[in-house]
Amino acid sequence: MAEKEKMTLVLFSGEMDRALAAFNIALGGAASGMDVTIFFTFWGLNVIKKNEGGIKSKGVMRNMLNLMNRGGAKRLPLSKFHMMGMGKAMMQGLMDDINFPQVDELMVMAGELGVKFIACTTTMGMMGIGKDAFISGVDSYAGVATYIAEARRSSINLFI
Amino acid sequence: MKADITIDCIGLYCPMPIVNTARQMKAMQPGQVLEVVADDEGIKQDMPNWAKMTGNEFLGIEEEDGRYRVFVRKG
Repeated sequence: MAEKEKMTLVLFSGEMDRALAAFNIALGGAASGMDVTIFFTFWGLNVIKKNEGGIKSKGVMRNMLNLMNRGGAKRLPLSKFHMMGMGKAMMQGLMDDINFPQVDELMVMAGELGVKFIACTTTMGMMGIGKDAFISGVDSYAGVATYIAEARRSSINLFI
Repeated sequence: MKADITIDCIGLYCPMPIVNTARQMKAMQPGQVLEVVADDEGIKQDMPNWAKMTGNEFLGIEEEDGRYRVFVRKG
């Protein structure tokens, strides 16, 4: 059997709307028989952080950063009209209206369809966060060479 | 057109009808026909494209009062 077509997404952003777009495309690819990989880097790591508990890190600066940048799929702000969470709540209401799943639900579906989640270890090192900060759905922890190895064989490659 | 299995995607938007179709197809035998009932207009183009990519056969679409009945045969 021929090798499956591949799709690689870089999710750099940590906002709900951008994550929705990323998972929408990832699910479409997986449902169309593609091998899909999402690299979560920089603010994108917030999408795959656990929703519960605290984020452990070392040092004052990193603790401050992780306090302000808590993350978790349920905490992602909107990139526009967030309005201290009011805009986001309204947007989620509109999504519920059309039975559109929330980010955490889309992530579970993506996992079920075999979408691979890879977390960027450089950002983890810089922000001082370990694997225990992330949901169990993360398949591996890697750097740019792994991204290149995937992306060079991908017919769809997006940076979100 | 007669289908072996029908799934209800009324009220669901992209990508859910396609995701649900892919999930359902996995459980079906080659040659069986799936009917997807949906009201998101995107399905008119999405389903033929999906079928082409996945080696399934798009059989047609019946439109009535803003509802679409889409038929796909598993390849």
